[in-house]
Amino acid sequence: MITEIGHFALVLALVLAMAQASLPLIGAQHGIRAWMALAKPAAIGQFVFLLVAFTALIHAFVVSDFSVVVVYQHSHSQTPLIYKISAAWGQHEGSLLLWVLILSFFGALVAIFGDNLPPRLKARALAVQAMIGVAFMLFTLFTSNPFARLSPAPLEGQELNPLLQDPGLAFHPPMLYVGYVGFSMAFSFAVAALIEGRVDAAWARWVRPWTLLSWTCLTAGIALGARWAYYELGWGGWWFWDPVENASFMPWLMGTALLHSAIVVEKRDALKAWTLLLALLTFGFSMLGTFLVRSGVITSVHAFAQDPARGLFILAILALAMGGSLTLFAWRAPGMKAGGLFAPVSREGSLMLNNLLLATATATVLLGTLYPLALDLMGGGSVSVGTPYYTATFVPLVMPLIVLAGIGPLMGWKRGDLKGALHRLWAAGFLAIAAMGVALWIDFGQQALAAAGIGIGVWLLTATFLEWTKRISLFRIGLGASLRRAFGLPRAAYGMTLAHAGLAIAIIGITAASAWKSEEIRQMRPNDSITIGSFSYVLQSVAPSRGENYIAERAHFKVLKDGQFYTDLYPERRQYMVQPMPTTEAAIQSHIFGDLYAVIGEGDGKGAWTVRIYEEPLVPWIWSGCLLMVLGGIVSMSDRRYRVGAPSRVSAAQAAPAAGE
Amino acid sequence: MRRLFFILPLLCLAGLVILFWRGLDPARDPSSLPSALIGQKVAEITLPGLGDRPGIASTDFAGEITVLNFFASWCAPCRAEHPLIKELASLPGIRVVGITFKDTPADSEKYLAELGNPYLAIGVDDSGRAGMEFGLTGVPETYVIDREGIIRYRLAQPLDAGRLEKELKPLLAELTK
Repeated sequence: MITEIGHFALVLALVLAMAQASLPLIGAQHGIRAWMALAKPAAIGQFVFLLVAFTALIHAFVVSDFSVVVVYQHSHSQTPLIYKISAAWGQHEGSLLLWVLILSFFGALVAIFGDNLPPRLKARALAVQAMIGVAFMLFTLFTSNPFARLSPAPLEGQELNPLLQDPGLAFHPPMLYVGYVGFSMAFSFAVAALIEGRVDAAWARWVRPWTLLSWTCLTAGIALGARWAYYELGWGGWWFWDPVENASFMPWLMGTALLHSAIVVEKRDALKAWTLLLALLTFGFSMLGTFLVRSGVITSVHAFAQDPARGLFILAILALAMGGSLTLFAWRAPGMKAGGLFAPVSREGSLMLNNLLLATATATVLLGTLYPLALDLMGGGSVSVGTPYYTATFVPLVMPLIVLAGIGPLMGWKRGDLKGALHRLWAAGFLAIAAMGVALWIDFGQQALAAAGIGIGVWLLTATFLEWTKRISLFRIGLGASLRRAFGLPRAAYGMTLAHAGLAIAIIGITAASAWKSEEIRQMRPNDSITIGSFSYVLQSVAPSRGENYIAERAHFKVLKDGQFYTDLYPERRQYMVQPMPTTEAAIQSHIFGDLYAVIGEGDGKGAWTVRIYEEPLVPWIWSGCLLMVLGGIVSMSDRRYRVGAPSRVSAAQAAPAAGE
Repeated sequence: MRRLFFILPLLCLAGLVILFWRGLDPARDPSSLPSALIGQKVAEITLPGLGDRPGIASTDFAGEITVLNFFASWCAPCRAEHPLIKELASLPGIRVVGITFKDTPADSEKYLAELGNPYLAIGVDDSGRAGMEFGLTGVPETYVIDREGIIRYRLAQPLDAGRLEKELKPLLAELTK
C-alpha cells in the first residue's frame, strides 16, 4: 500500500512538474503574473511529492518488502539496517529517484528563498528546472520504475552487493548527486538569462551560491568515493582514471571553472557569454556522467546494470537539453553587451587563464574517456587509456594552473602588477625550490615530475598563506590591528584561502602517494615478517571471525618500528553469506607522513596466506586536503553577501545600464 | 566569424551525440560475448538426468530445435529469468532443456518445485565438465541449437524480456520455418 502511495506520489510530482515547466514560462513571456507565481507552489509541491515517493521506497527497504522488485534484487532480511536504507539508492532505479528528488529540492530552495529574485527570472529558471525534472521523471517511470512489483513475492532477497556495504559508500552517492544535480540550478539560471537576453552582476550573485553548494558536495562525494576505493578494494589505490570516476571528475573541473568565472561576472561584469556557456556545459557534463554510468556504452567496474534502451532515453534527454540550450546560446549570446575591459595581466586575466586551463584539462579527460569508444566504433579494436595518458596530458595542464592559483589572488582587478605580486612571493618560490630539491634528493633524482609536483604544492600553500598575511597586513600594522583585520575579512576570502590551501595539501599528497608508494606481496606463515622502510610487519595469527551477515578470516599483524612495538593491524577477508563473494577489508593505520596498509588474501590451506603490505606515503594529506576544500566551500557559502538581500537589480544596474524592459 | 565561435559548442555536441548513439547500437553490446562455438556442432556430452527425468546427450539434438539453458539453484539471476524460460517452453516446435551446473540434485529439485519445471530434459553437470565444453562463463547461459545440432546463438547473461522478443523469438521463428 505504502509502495503504491509512493508510486502515485511520483506520478503526481510529474504532473506538477509539467505544469511548472510550461505555465510560468508562458506567463513570463506575456506578463501574466498569476501564471508566473504558479512556479513557487508547484516547485514546493513537486519536492514534497517526491519526498513522499522516496520515503515510501526507503520504507519498502526497511521492512524488507520483497514483493518490490528492487528490494528483492538488492536487499536481504539479514542485512544491517543502515545498508537496507542505503540499498534504496544503491541501485539504478532508486538512485534515479534520489536524483529527481535532489533536482526538485534545489527547485524548492530557489522557490522558497528566491523572493528577492526578479519574478520573471525566477519563473523562467524554475520552469527550466521543471523541464529537466519532467524528462528524468518520465525516464524513471517508463524505463526504471522503482515501485514495480513482483508476484509471487519471493521469501528472501538477494542482498546488496557486499562491496557496497560500507559506511563511506552509503553516503557517497547522495553527496555526488547533490553535486551533479545541483549544477542544474546554474543551468536553469543560465537558460533563463539567455531567454531574457541579459546577464549582469546580480545574476552572477544569484547563481554562485548554488554552484558553490554543488561544488562542495561534489568535492566531498568524489573524495568519499576515492577513499572507499582505497580501503575497500584492497589494491592500495584511490584513483584509477576509470570512466565512471572521470564522469564525476569532469563536472568538478568545469564547476571549478564556473565558480571562478562567476566571480568575474559578479565583480567586473565581464566574461559573460563564457560564464553562461560554462554554466550550460557544467550541467551538460553532469548529464554526460549519468549517461556514461547508466547506459553501458562504456564498460567500467562501477557501472549500474547496463541496458541500451535506458541509454537511448538518457541520450535523448542529453541531446534535447544540451541541444536546446546551446542553440539558445548560439542565438542569444552574441547579442549580449560586453562588460568591463581589462588588461591581460590582471585578476580577470588570471581567472580567464584559469578557466582556459581547466577547460582544456576537462577536454583531455573527456578525450581519454571517449577515445576507446571512438576507436572501437571505427573498427580500430579495443584499447584502454590508462594512467600514462593522463600523466602526459592532464598533469602538464594542471601544473601551470596551480602556479597561477598562487599568483592570481595577488593581482589587482583591471590591471595587475605581476612584478609586485612575484616580489611578494619570493618566499614561496624559495620554499618551493627547496622542497623540489629535497624531493629530488629523496629518490636520487629519479622522478623529476614528482619533485615538480611537490614543489608546486608547496608553492601554492605558501603563496596562499602569504596572500592571507597581505590581506591582514601582518607585521606591518601591529599584531592587534592585524587580528582585527583577520576577523573582519569577508568569509568568501577565507573560503578561497582554505580551498586553495586544501588543494595544495591534496596535490602534495597525490604526488607523493603516486610516486613513492611501495608494496610487498608474499606468502606468509605466522611469525614471518615483512619489512618496508622502517616498519616491520609480523604476522601473529589468522583466525575466523563473524559479522552480522558475513564470516571472515581475520589476520593479526604486529607492526614494529625500528624494533619497537608500533601498532597492531587486523585486515579481514570477508565472505558474505547471501552473495558468495569475498571482499577485502584492508587494515590501515595513518600517521602524519603516510599510511600503513595491510591486506590478507587467500590461504593455501596449509597454514600460509598471501599477504600484501603497502607503504602509502602522504595519503592522509589527500583526505585532509579535500576536507579543507570542502570546508572552504562551506565557509564561502556563509558569506554575508549571499545572506543579506544585497542582490537587487537596481544596485547592480550601475555596471550594466538596464536595457529596455 | 564571431558567430561561428558561438555555434562551435553546438557542433561539438552533435558530434558527441552521434558517437554515443552509434555506441548504443545493441550489436555492439559489450556484454554479449562472441562465442567461437557459434556455427559449430555441439560438443560430445552425455549427462545423467535429474531424478528420474531424461538426461541429455549430444545425439538428442539432431532433428529438433533446442533451447539449452544452464542454471543452478544457487544462482540468483537464474530465478529472475525463470519465468522467461517458461515462456520459451510454451512456444510450439521447440524443445527447452536444462543443465544444472555444479548443483546438488536435492537443491535443484527444490528449485524446480518452487518455481516450476519448464525443461523437457535436465542434465546434471556436477563436475562442470559440460560447462567447460560449452565455454561457460557463468550461469545462467542460454544456447539455441538447430536441427543439425549446430549452435546458432549464445547468451552469456540472464535472459530479459527485450532479448526474448528481439533476438530469441525471431531466431526461433526462422529456424522452425
